[in-house]
Amino acid sequence: MTVKIKNFPGTSLSEQDIADGKVFSLHDTMRADFGWDTGVAVGRYLAALKEGMILGARCRHCRKTVVPPRQVCEWCYRPMSDYVPLQDTGIVNTFSLCYVTWDVQRIKEPEIPAVIEIDGASPLHGILHKLGEIDPKEVRIGMRVKAVWKPTAERLGAITDILYFRPILEGQP
Amino acid sequence: MSKRKVAVVGAGMTRFVRRAQETGKELSWQAVRMALESCEMTMDDIEAVCLGTAPDAFDGVHMKGEYLSDGAGAWRKPYMRSYVGGGTGVFVPIQAWYHIASGLFDVCLVVAEEKMSSYYPHAQAAFLTIFDHTTERPLKPNLLWIFALEMNRYMHTYGISKADIAQVAVKNKRNAADHPCALLGDKNITVEDVLNSEVLAWPVNRLDVSPVTDGAVALVLAAEHVAKRITDKPVWIEGVGWSLDTAHWTNRDLAYPRYVEYAARMAYEMAGIKEPRKEIHIVEPYDPFDYKELHHLEGLLLADRGQAPQLVADGVTSRNGDMPVCPSGGLLGVGNPIAAAGLMKIAELFWQLRGEAGARQVPGHPKRGLAQAWGDLMQVGTVVIMGR
Amino acid sequence: MNERVAIVGVGWAGFRSVTPEVSYKELMYAAAVRAYADAGVDPLRDIDSFVTVAEDFHEGTSIFDEYTPDQLGAVLKPMHTIAGDGLHGLAAAYMLVRTGQFSIVAVEGHSKASNILTLPEITAYAQDPVLNRPLRLNTHFIAGLEMNRYLYETGTSLEQCAAVTVKNRRNALDNPSAAYGADLTLAEVLDSQFLAWPLSRHQVSEHADGAIVMVLATEETARRLTDYPVWILGVGWCSDSPSLENRDWGQAVYARQAAGMAYRQAGIRSPQSAIDFAEVDDTYAYKELQSLEALGLVPAGSAGLLTEEGATQPDGELPVNVSGGSQGMGNLLDATGLARALEVVVQLRGEAGPRQLKEIQIGLAQSWRGVPTASGAVVILSN
Repeated sequence: MTVKIKNFPGTSLSEQDIADGKVFSLHDTMRADFGWDTGVAVGRYLAALKEGMILGARCRHCRKTVVPPRQVCEWCYRPMSDYVPLQDTGIVNTFSLCYVTWDVQRIKEPEIPAVIEIDGASPLHGILHKLGEIDPKEVRIGMRVKAVWKPTAERLGAITDILYFRPILEGQP
Repeated sequence: MSKRKVAVVGAGMTRFVRRAQETGKELSWQAVRMALESCEMTMDDIEAVCLGTAPDAFDGVHMKGEYLSDGAGAWRKPYMRSYVGGGTGVFVPIQAWYHIASGLFDVCLVVAEEKMSSYYPHAQAAFLTIFDHTTERPLKPNLLWIFALEMNRYMHTYGISKADIAQVAVKNKRNAADHPCALLGDKNITVEDVLNSEVLAWPVNRLDVSPVTDGAVALVLAAEHVAKRITDKPVWIEGVGWSLDTAHWTNRDLAYPRYVEYAARMAYEMAGIKEPRKEIHIVEPYDPFDYKELHHLEGLLLADRGQAPQLVADGVTSRNGDMPVCPSGGLLGVGNPIAAAGLMKIAELFWQLRGEAGARQVPGHPKRGLAQAWGDLMQVGTVVIMGR
Repeated sequence: MNERVAIVGVGWAGFRSVTPEVSYKELMYAAAVRAYADAGVDPLRDIDSFVTVAEDFHEGTSIFDEYTPDQLGAVLKPMHTIAGDGLHGLAAAYMLVRTGQFSIVAVEGHSKASNILTLPEITAYAQDPVLNRPLRLNTHFIAGLEMNRYLYETGTSLEQCAAVTVKNRRNALDNPSAAYGADLTLAEVLDSQFLAWPLSRHQVSEHADGAIVMVLATEETARRLTDYPVWILGVGWCSDSPSLENRDWGQAVYARQAAGMAYRQAGIRSPQSAIDFAEVDDTYAYKELQSLEALGLVPAGSAGLLTEEGATQPDGELPVNVSGGSQGMGNLLDATGLARALEVVVQLRGEAGPRQLKEIQIGLAQSWRGVPTASGAVVILSN
């Protein structure tokens, strides 16, 4: 195959071709608005966030505590209805220093996304969030961190009610 | 239990380019035409069409599968579009496999197409919508995050350095210099080049990633009695496997892709393979990022956990090594039109096992190859084992 | 390998215009639990593979298949998603069982249409972006074009189309799982506003939320699990031209070809005598008539007249959409076909209560993927 064929189809264009109007193009923006029902489990999670608390759920069968809570344990398929308040502290399981926004804008100060294993949940059970109040060079896997919450009045019942997690330094609460 | 044997009998692909002038329909058609010509068949011979393509969000077309169907040759035919995220490229031939193995069809066309360049300002932004709409999207996460988080965890767990990982990018981009459709082939690239490239989301640098690409690949699959009529070198699908892990990716250990292991075991069992490291002669694992090749080799049980970098360093995975990995150049070298990239690996095995891979040919008459893709939130493994 | 495949369990949840108390995952879980209990299986132990159907833009999430395994008991199992209707999913599950590699396979489809705030705009995004969408027409226009041509070619009247709505919404009154049961008169249906003439408001089915799960098994396993397996005699599916510019506007060719494939597998040469009852697409009222003709269940051009005469009533020669169809149950987006198949299963098992049909052996379920597509699927089942 590849030995016999010399010319493969596919014509390459550049951004300049489009900017220069050498190629016809059409622009359109989609309005895709959704109002997702949060349901029982995530609904409780969000309500707890509004109260300044991270909620997990415990499976009596597997004896695992998971976060965020869910209605069914994916491992044993038994229903989960034991909601468990967790700490708002945890350990950094992994992190990154990201110099590009979600829509590919370059930024100088990196965003620091991390998976944070939440204290009170089973090992390796964490949530995605961001780190703050830390020099990017200092971030380490295994660091202990604590949530920094929005002021009570500003909380909406959303994951962003936690602004970010900051390192817990020696002697700090 | 008797099972119908299924073979790949023809393949075709377009060049992989950053932005193609061709529409998604045209890219599909080009690949299909080449695949049909390669085995001297026409659309009249095709009984069903299976299409794989990644999220509709890229093209800004809802029910994209329907829109692409005529370009893929599915006019007035049984047509299905399946998806499992990035794993789609290796899943869609599995879908065609079950079409034929079920006894309902004898000849199936498989098409994988991607036109990511339609998305403005950059296709990567479309990936925002893969995250959970309530618990994660408000954080404005970036596709790069999940790779960087996983790469970091992998490096940390096994003490692997960025230089160890960069070897993969170098190997694959150099291999791709011999692929006529490659976007990123580079005969002279070095580990330093990779390490010095701009940091996107530490530990991911620009040259650790395969960028957004347009392209299409097509295959023709046939039942045994038809395959033998069409070609004297059918490449049999000996095993298939796929597995999807929990959506709660933050509740999992990212250092090891266990879903790839489950998929691999399923495929090995079906193919009757007991010692994969000896019985698989060529491996085409999914490599959108360089560390992924290593991560996947371990998940495929072809390297011990944390040991894949050593195989690369020892030259085992080079084209002339004992277990060539990504002789095509992989995604890092050829390009990353998501679904098409996965199917490109199957096409590569098809050509390799028939001795038709030209400058990329793995020496020694390889008899068995494995292609693997991965996708979703570090969730799905899809594996196909092919043999002569 | 055992060639016969049966549906051994079904479960459903929702079927209401809104389901605010549950997320889509919880809705899926509710349906799955019922299906697994009905089949007498534990998904973790017994189910070998799973198929779901979904479209990203209906969910508002890309790569939606990510979010399907947990609530179905499918974690770390072979599972995939098809961008198609529930009957495409059912056909895929059927093929998986027939490969001989999987004894028990589950299929799932759902709708959370109530969560899609800009559904008409999203549906418009399924139109060709260059040739059609810039016209900025509500996608119902395609149904209007098709209905007009269909009426012209067959001589079917507006009243006959309206009769479908009247029948199906009245049928829905006997279906506890139907959201839109109503006792309407022909005049009321005809008197509603035009959306895309000749299509009027009442002839377009409303949306509903719901989830459906079915469990399929090989013959051997089916006999072990249940005394009432529902056998799959044949499946078929087909996609006609997506492009509006080269369509056959009067005929539902996709339905004809899909049915042909299914009839061949089932060994059915005379559908009109073999099929006892049918659940067909009625997303728009005229679609039921057009589909019946394309499926070969009634002579060409006669569906309107036969409907007017009552032949498709529950006590007629060919009961059609006894469940209420989409008109009566609600348009369940990609799960619609599974809702049609669900009724066929329930009827064949004798579990349809007040709407139970008598002496039935073979039922047909058919679906269409909705505007702007020309894709659909058919499944033929028997007890």
